[in-house]
Amino acid sequence: MARKRTIMIFLRDVRGALLISLWFMFLTFPIMVIKVNPIERTVVWRWDNMAYVGLLSFLLYLAGRQYLKYRERRLESSRRQSMEEKTKRFLRRLSENPVPAYTLMAVAGVFALSFPFVFSTYQTNIMITALMYVVLGLGLNIVVGVAGLLDLGYVAFYAVGAYSYALLNLHFGVGFWFALPIGALLGMTFGILLGFPVLRLRGDYLAIVTLGFGEIIRLILENWNEFSKGPSGISNIPRPGLFGLEMPLETAITYLYFLMIGLVLFTVFVVRRLQDSRIGRAWYALREDEIACQAMGIDKTRTKLTAFALGATWAGMAGVIFAAKTTFINPASFTFLESAIILCIVVLGGMGSIVGVILAALILILLPEYLRAFSDYRMLVFGAVLVLMMVFRPQGLIGHRRRTYTIKPDAGRSGNAA
Amino acid sequence: MQPDRPPAAPNRTLLEVRGLTMDFGGIKALDHFDLRIREGEIAALIGPNGAGKTTFFNCLTGMYAPTAGDMLFFLPGRKTVRLNGLKPNKVTEQGLARTFQNIRLFPNMTVLENVMIGRHCRTRARVLGAVFRDPRTRREEREIVRRSYEIIEKIGLADQVNEFARNLPYGAQRRLEIARALATDPVLLLLDEPAAGMNPRETRMLDELICRIRDEGLSILLIEHDMKLVMSLSDHIFVMDYGKKIAEGPPPEVRRNPQVIRAYLGEDIVHDHA
Repeated sequence: MARKRTIMIFLRDVRGALLISLWFMFLTFPIMVIKVNPIERTVVWRWDNMAYVGLLSFLLYLAGRQYLKYRERRLESSRRQSMEEKTKRFLRRLSENPVPAYTLMAVAGVFALSFPFVFSTYQTNIMITALMYVVLGLGLNIVVGVAGLLDLGYVAFYAVGAYSYALLNLHFGVGFWFALPIGALLGMTFGILLGFPVLRLRGDYLAIVTLGFGEIIRLILENWNEFSKGPSGISNIPRPGLFGLEMPLETAITYLYFLMIGLVLFTVFVVRRLQDSRIGRAWYALREDEIACQAMGIDKTRTKLTAFALGATWAGMAGVIFAAKTTFINPASFTFLESAIILCIVVLGGMGSIVGVILAALILILLPEYLRAFSDYRMLVFGAVLVLMMVFRPQGLIGHRRRTYTIKPDAGRSGNAA
Repeated sequence: MQPDRPPAAPNRTLLEVRGLTMDFGGIKALDHFDLRIREGEIAALIGPNGAGKTTFFNCLTGMYAPTAGDMLFFLPGRKTVRLNGLKPNKVTEQGLARTFQNIRLFPNMTVLENVMIGRHCRTRARVLGAVFRDPRTRREEREIVRRSYEIIEKIGLADQVNEFARNLPYGAQRRLEIARALATDPVLLLLDEPAAGMNPRETRMLDELICRIRDEGLSILLIEHDMKLVMSLSDHIFVMDYGKKIAEGPPPEVRRNPQVIRAYLGEDIVHDHA
């Protein structure tokens, strides 16, 4: 009887796999099978590719099903032994016994410091971009991950930062170091400006309004030629200076790299402290339950505005650095896709988790760069990775852990054991 | 709970509600409702389902804006506050804290953090203080943890301080909600069906807890369906039906009131008994 049932289930899986492989053959037909040669004006039909796609998706589906079933069985048989518990225990061991954690950090530190000297300028440049996304991710993490306000127009503040440096430099010759705080302040101002109208909204409605806001900023930059030079953008933006020192390009990039490392460290420092404070707790509470939050005496308006303002501040700073790095900006750099990528970083990393966001930013930015070898399929792989991640680890790479307190019984004093 | 507060004087009015009306587009959830709570007493608000009890709580705590009427809060040693039009967080700042009928904890925060949120309105650290951690902020933060832990101990959850709120058993979650409300240093505690869904043992613990809170000088207004609990706990009972107050008085009096029996059991039974 049991045997018959297993066979039945297996046959159902096979049927599912067949359907899936048919579906995939259909989906990938245009890119995998048809190959147009525009010079010779011929179309090559690569039917063998279709067979491969079919076979591969068939096998992958079956394997995936078996894995899911296996996982389910394990979860049922011993809840305590589940993967999640194991990673949790591993993380706890890490935090209880700080030696491996410190070693890891030291290795990462040495790697980060020696990076521009070991690798080429090209690699360093990619790394700078990745670090910029780390900062952007951490900034958006305050808004989305911690305070739970879905912001789809985050790139607007990034654009504000970039354009504030570009325009101030163009008209008044303002230097990078002076523009950095101004960009941050302007980002913050715009964050508050966006914050006010959306205070009453939440969830989907908030997402739509922020999305609109992002598009408005981009469209203004694109169409207001007198102000922003329109789609042709602004060029010849100076790289960051160091006491008026003339630097060859290679040194300038190394310098920018260390500047980014510094900004990342600064961001991590600030975000960590904020998360661990009265303000940070209020943000978490707001994410958890808005009504209970208010009933407990938290000023919803102020808490939301602070989250928007602080998130936008970091985007503003990242924007200034972006302008200084590329020395040329135009509205095409600030499309919705950018917002989506930054949001992906936050979700993929794990809402509210700093380490998770850093890892996700590095993976999401570096992976497509190094996948250039498979240039035709890299976005396909990228998409597949995102889908798989969300299916198997919806809480992100590193789920957020709450701080734990140890309370000494004598005076009821607290120490930190997180 | 605040050490510097003058001792509770019995018979002094703490909260007075006059002619409170809440109109939901034609449906009067509250219809000229009056209520008066004295300092240091446990008052109960009872009535059949849909009588408007929770609506009343929501008006009182600033979640709804009542259509008409006055809600006056007479704070010992301070100016009288009119609660109409205050935002929920401002109401809590004045010293009214509430719990919810359907538990509304912060499920993914720990027990301690849930209570620490309650301290929010009594503390002041801003963004800059949080980033720079000046001595004042650090002292404040220590104080938050200390006070919160004290309350958790009192409520009997000291073993689970670092547990996620969502992992607590039901009764403990209800008690944690009370702890969180207590952390806001309230003068008047509003409990919305605190015993709902509790087993007899948990209810007994709750009974003790509410008495202990009262003995510390707080006044309590509770909505409850568990009549045994209401009768044994309260000093004064208000009975509502269709948004109106139909009776009030000490428990034995209310129990005998024919209008109350009618509202609870229906017309026929009253006639049979009469």
